[in-house]
Amino acid sequence: MAQVTLRKVVKMYDETPAVRGIDLDIADKEFIVLVGPSGCGKSTTLRMIAGLEEITGGEIAIGGDVVNDVPPKDRDIAMVFQNYALYPHMSVFENMSFGLRLKKVARDEIRRRVNDAARILDITELLERKPKQLSGGQRQRVAMGRAIVRDPKVFLFDEPLSNLDAKLRVQMRTEIKKVHQKVRTTTVYVTHDQIEAMTLADRVVVMNGGVIEQVGAPNDLYHTPQTKFVAGFIGSPAMNFIACRLEEAAGALRARLSDTLSLPVPASRTARYKPHVGKSSLLVGLRPEHIREEPRHPEPDLHLFEVMLDVTEPMGMETLVYFTIEGTEICGRVNPNAGAADGAKMRLAAELANMHLIDDSTGKVL
Amino acid sequence: MADIAVPRAGTAVGAGGRASLHRLMQRKSTIAFLMALPLILVISLLVAYPAFYSIYLATLNKSMERFVGLGNFSFLFGRETFWLVVKQSCIFAITAVIFKALIGFVVAHFVHNIPAKGQRKWRGMLLVPWVIPPAMSTLAWLWLFDPSYSAFNWILAIFGIDPVPWTGNAHWARFAVILVNIWVGAPFFMIMYLAALKSVPEQLYEAAAIDGATWWQRIWYVTLPMMRNIIAITALFSLIVTFANFDIVRVLTAGGPLDYTHIFATWAFRVGIESGDIPLGASVSLFMVPILAVAAWFILRDINQRGNEA
Amino acid sequence: MTALTASGAEAARRPQYGSISKSRRWALRWSYFFLVLFAIFFLTPPIYMFITSLKSSAEISAATNPWWVYSPTLDNYIELLTQNQYLIFFRNSAIVSVCVVAVTMVISVLAAFALARMKFWGSATLATGVFLTYLIPDTLLFIPLFKTFAFIRETLGIELINRWWTLIILYPTLTVPFCTWIMIGYFASIPKELDEAALIDGASWTQTLTKIFIPVALPGIIAATIFAFTVSWAQFLYPLAFTTSTDQLVLPVGIVTTLIKGDVFNWGQIMTGALLGAAPPLIIYAFLMDYYIAGLTAGATKG
Repeated sequence: MAQVTLRKVVKMYDETPAVRGIDLDIADKEFIVLVGPSGCGKSTTLRMIAGLEEITGGEIAIGGDVVNDVPPKDRDIAMVFQNYALYPHMSVFENMSFGLRLKKVARDEIRRRVNDAARILDITELLERKPKQLSGGQRQRVAMGRAIVRDPKVFLFDEPLSNLDAKLRVQMRTEIKKVHQKVRTTTVYVTHDQIEAMTLADRVVVMNGGVIEQVGAPNDLYHTPQTKFVAGFIGSPAMNFIACRLEEAAGALRARLSDTLSLPVPASRTARYKPHVGKSSLLVGLRPEHIREEPRHPEPDLHLFEVMLDVTEPMGMETLVYFTIEGTEICGRVNPNAGAADGAKMRLAAELANMHLIDDSTGKVL
Repeated sequence: MADIAVPRAGTAVGAGGRASLHRLMQRKSTIAFLMALPLILVISLLVAYPAFYSIYLATLNKSMERFVGLGNFSFLFGRETFWLVVKQSCIFAITAVIFKALIGFVVAHFVHNIPAKGQRKWRGMLLVPWVIPPAMSTLAWLWLFDPSYSAFNWILAIFGIDPVPWTGNAHWARFAVILVNIWVGAPFFMIMYLAALKSVPEQLYEAAAIDGATWWQRIWYVTLPMMRNIIAITALFSLIVTFANFDIVRVLTAGGPLDYTHIFATWAFRVGIESGDIPLGASVSLFMVPILAVAAWFILRDINQRGNEA
Repeated sequence: MTALTASGAEAARRPQYGSISKSRRWALRWSYFFLVLFAIFFLTPPIYMFITSLKSSAEISAATNPWWVYSPTLDNYIELLTQNQYLIFFRNSAIVSVCVVAVTMVISVLAAFALARMKFWGSATLATGVFLTYLIPDTLLFIPLFKTFAFIRETLGIELINRWWTLIILYPTLTVPFCTWIMIGYFASIPKELDEAALIDGASWTQTLTKIFIPVALPGIIAATIFAFTVSWAQFLYPLAFTTSTDQLVLPVGIVTTLIKGDVFNWGQIMTGALLGAAPPLIIYAFLMDYYIAGLTAGATKG
């Protein structure tokens, strides 16, 4: 029973709002990731749940109890910090048991719980060491161990992997996911890295400018973003946005990108997009993976066009190609054997079934 | 039923908790204030109050019964000894600080030059003058300068040089006082500069070497600009300490011969404590305030600037 | 052919390498040369103290080579250490210094923690004030303090002048501001997440201070302690102004005022006394040099 509920939560620093009223229901045992660019209010939200920041307005409830005025230690939460915040003068064992010792838990009980947590994290042989003698990944484990030992209602992670190098980050990501599968505790995890968010979360909360842009399962966010921000934030390389005009001809819609290039809108979308014909602030959103080389066999809803490539970036399993339409740089992903070369002409195929139409004036995906 | 009861319980907890949090916040700042209270008491009773009290004292007559306004100051301005003390204080402080800074810089460079494993030993040796209580080490200097048994004069005699009246003649006495001050203070500069030198990234020197800079160009264009802050701060600190110095002059010459080495602090002691004219002594010591204020202003400005950069 | 030119070029380059390492070697030699010169300058007085302390009065007045001891003797040491007076000076100095260190550290650690972490009304102003008071020298304060203490005697009948324990009240004016200042610096450098972690672990403010901050900032505390001790041990002006009876004096003043009897200078004993008086700070320095230096440099680089 450890669902977390946020109701119209607001945080003001003096007169500057950091969080502008967010509502969020986190289910028991759920792994929620708050993701967004720096300054979007994700960390502030987490710190309000932890009780490290006062809540300016609204309510936060943990396990059904409103905790607005409950000090952090009585909220039954545990937190893993970005820089680990291990007590440098204590051994790993002392670090992990500090909270329990303050609570005057029996010594045997402390030993048992620390050992259990150490076994889960595979740090049993590190218990007598000082944090200084540990590698980044080991410190990370100890910080998680400190959280697990307390057996809290909620785990809070504040960008826990951003101090690790790229390889270790991937490894620890998997580790965190495994630990969550083992201990099954409600988890709120903050990161600015959308890949981390996608890989870890049951549900991802995308935040921007102090508000929630969208909440959803990773694949939902990827396939059906509701705002331009989410569309651009999730996915790497980022989605291409190309200014367009919607034209109607013989009952079908076409998105005109330039004098020479217009894309046929799939028939299934015609009804949805029709009211926007003639609007001036429209963008076509198309992910790089939906712009690929011309297939050997014809497929439905593919539009073929020829461009002059500016730059190509071979990645091994694929090659990224860049070209320009009306001054906008577009990225596509093609098969490395498709013969893409810098400055060469190439026929590309746009998967219009996966296109998005965005009203740039409202930022909404239509 | 339960649906109604739960939110009610929630708000009850919320309201009660909010009040207690309010108390807690109040208590937190109250605790903080109480923790800082001893400090506040020390500062206000033993530093701030005496500092202002001395301004009041300076306006009284010798028996401290009558308000004389600026009488003490006009009396001082009319005395030749006072102007002598002003001149000597300035010469003493400025010369000493300049030489301390120069020697400190040079020695720091030499220490920085030698292999790292030897540096600790040399640094440890060269800081000794700073560690010995100045009153104790000045006694050693006094003995080295002794009129009849001076160990320096004994060495000079080997080279056929006449004995130098180290503390007997006005010029030599001033020289001796400044020399001892440099001896005590230069190691401090050395330590500060050494710490600063270590913080200059090695790549800058490598880049300068690739750009073809000679060793003095490296010092001029890399070292000095990088150390500018530390040099300035250390010099200002030292200026304050040197200007307000008491121990060295008191032990070495006690202001003599004929007041030719008195500086503000020693003269204030002579006038205020030994001659019992507390208001006049207070007036003399107050003349240290302007230089202190200027130095403090510069230091604070630097600290604020660094605070803003961070 | 190619091999030939390559080795030829190498040969042409080699003397240059040689000259670089040669000039470096010369730079090193000059560095050592000047370091030795400066070391002589810096160490002459303490060494001369030691030399003189081993001489008898007869040898000193015989005006033989002052830099050499012909018949070394420990008489000066024995005489001083069996003499009640000198031991009283030493005892006074030790008690005063230890008490001042204790008082200073309690005051400044508590205040620094409050100023660094628990903002309260006026705390920023107070932090600046601490720094400003550090810049106010003893030479400005001794006259008004003297007058104030005289006033207390007249009104309250409490005698504060010519009492060695008065120095325990006076010295904190010199130690507390600086120690607070460097402790603020050390506490401020402790990452904020550490006290947040402690807060979540359920530590109260006192527990955060005693179980996290003090152990983590231990190097700073040692540095500040050393500073407070050396300042109290070396302080000369306050005891000179405030104490006069021989049984109330501390070491520096005691040596200067009692061993110098009129024009009769017993230099052997004076140097011995001064050397023994300089010993405690020197010993602390020898064993805790890094902390000592950290405390020195902290004043200007921290904060």
